[in-house]
Amino acid sequence: MKKILFIEDESALQKTLGESLRQEGFEIISALDGELGLNLAKTKNPDLILLDLILPKINGFEVLKQLKSLQETKDIPVIVLTNLEGVGEIDKVLELGATTYLVKAQYSLDEMIEKIKDFFN
Amino acid sequence: MNYKKFLEQFSIVSQCKKHGLSLWQCPQFLFIVMGLIIIISSVLTFFIGSRYIDDPIIVALIVLGITVILFVFLFLIVQGFEKLTEANKLKTEFVSIVSHQLRSPLSNLKMTLDLLMSRKIGSIKEEQVDYFKILKDNSDRMEAIVSDLLIVSRIETEKFFLKKENFSLADLVERTIKNFEIYAKSSNIEISLEFPKDLPKVFADSSKIQLVVENLLDNAIKYTPKKGSVKITLEKNDQKVFFKIKDSGFGIPSQDKKYIFKKFFRADNAVRHQTQGSGLGLYIAKSIIEKSGGKINFDSGQSKGTLFWFTLPIAIEV
Repeated sequence: MKKILFIEDESALQKTLGESLRQEGFEIISALDGELGLNLAKTKNPDLILLDLILPKINGFEVLKQLKSLQETKDIPVIVLTNLEGVGEIDKVLELGATTYLVKAQYSLDEMIEKIKDFFN
Repeated sequence: MNYKKFLEQFSIVSQCKKHGLSLWQCPQFLFIVMGLIIIISSVLTFFIGSRYIDDPIIVALIVLGITVILFVFLFLIVQGFEKLTEANKLKTEFVSIVSHQLRSPLSNLKMTLDLLMSRKIGSIKEEQVDYFKILKDNSDRMEAIVSDLLIVSRIETEKFFLKKENFSLADLVERTIKNFEIYAKSSNIEISLEFPKDLPKVFADSSKIQLVVENLLDNAIKYTPKKGSVKITLEKNDQKVFFKIKDSGFGIPSQDKKYIFKKFFRADNAVRHQTQGSGLGLYIAKSIIEKSGGKINFDSGQSKGTLFWFTLPIAIEV
């Protein structure tokens, strides 16, 4: 079973997207802030990280930076899930080493799940 | 690089551009114009005064008086402009912040509805489906309005960047038409596309041009009564690629023509025919096309349908 770490402070999204992914057969580890997300990334060894950018404690940019600089987490692919869509933010995130950038508002739940499933195929 | 940035601080044109202002609305520029007017008037007053008045002290006093009066007037005018600019900037920032804040709860709402409607977490009664659809349609509408507002606030703060590349406009239009197929069929509208095989690629930001094509196509379908047609043609003319979209719809009343590209404007008959829209689509389309080095315009007669067209520069050879 593929393990996904979902770092997102919106509990509504944790519930909807998280639950749907569970139903698709993924194991979901939830983190509601950046600090917890980083710790779980180090200890749980996920196959994929879904990362929001605006997060309490440590923001998504910083989480991504640290993930990519640590030996044990630097190879885990990261998909950034956010509602920020300025060119500056997208460029910055891709430069920091994220695999893709998805703007939440642009996709329906099904499309989002398809995107994540596509990633594993 | 650094000294360029340093020099930029002194360049009025780039300072004004940074705030998204034209020169004649830009306080820094107006301040310099004000200085020049004061200097020129003082010198003129001095020359004219010394020709007719013998006493140099009186001349000096007149020059001083006129300079002070001019300074006070011009200062008030420039200050007025500054306040207007500031208010406008605040308004744009406010719109941007509000839209950003609305986006998260809206996408949560949308995802939750999607999940409920997918019946993955339990069945819903058949008689409830229509009501869920109403919720879904309306959350989609809100989403579209918020996203339009965000684009507008970016255009107005000059934070709207274009990532230009060479791409095939024909492919983009074909893809967009496919996305609109279900919508067009449900309104009984036939969409056709014609373009020459040797149509050159264009040089622009494809994701932004997609927005323009979507907007124009959406309008064409929306403002065409059932069983109508929408015809798109692409052609090359004089180093430009022309996109033309002709519908058989209501047309635009002549008294509304000059407002059509203005923000929040919706034609009288559009409101009467109860079509939905934020009145931002064409404003966004015009801004994108003009920033891409193209032109956009339309030709319409009431109940004769409407033809919208835009041009884009053809691809640069690599």
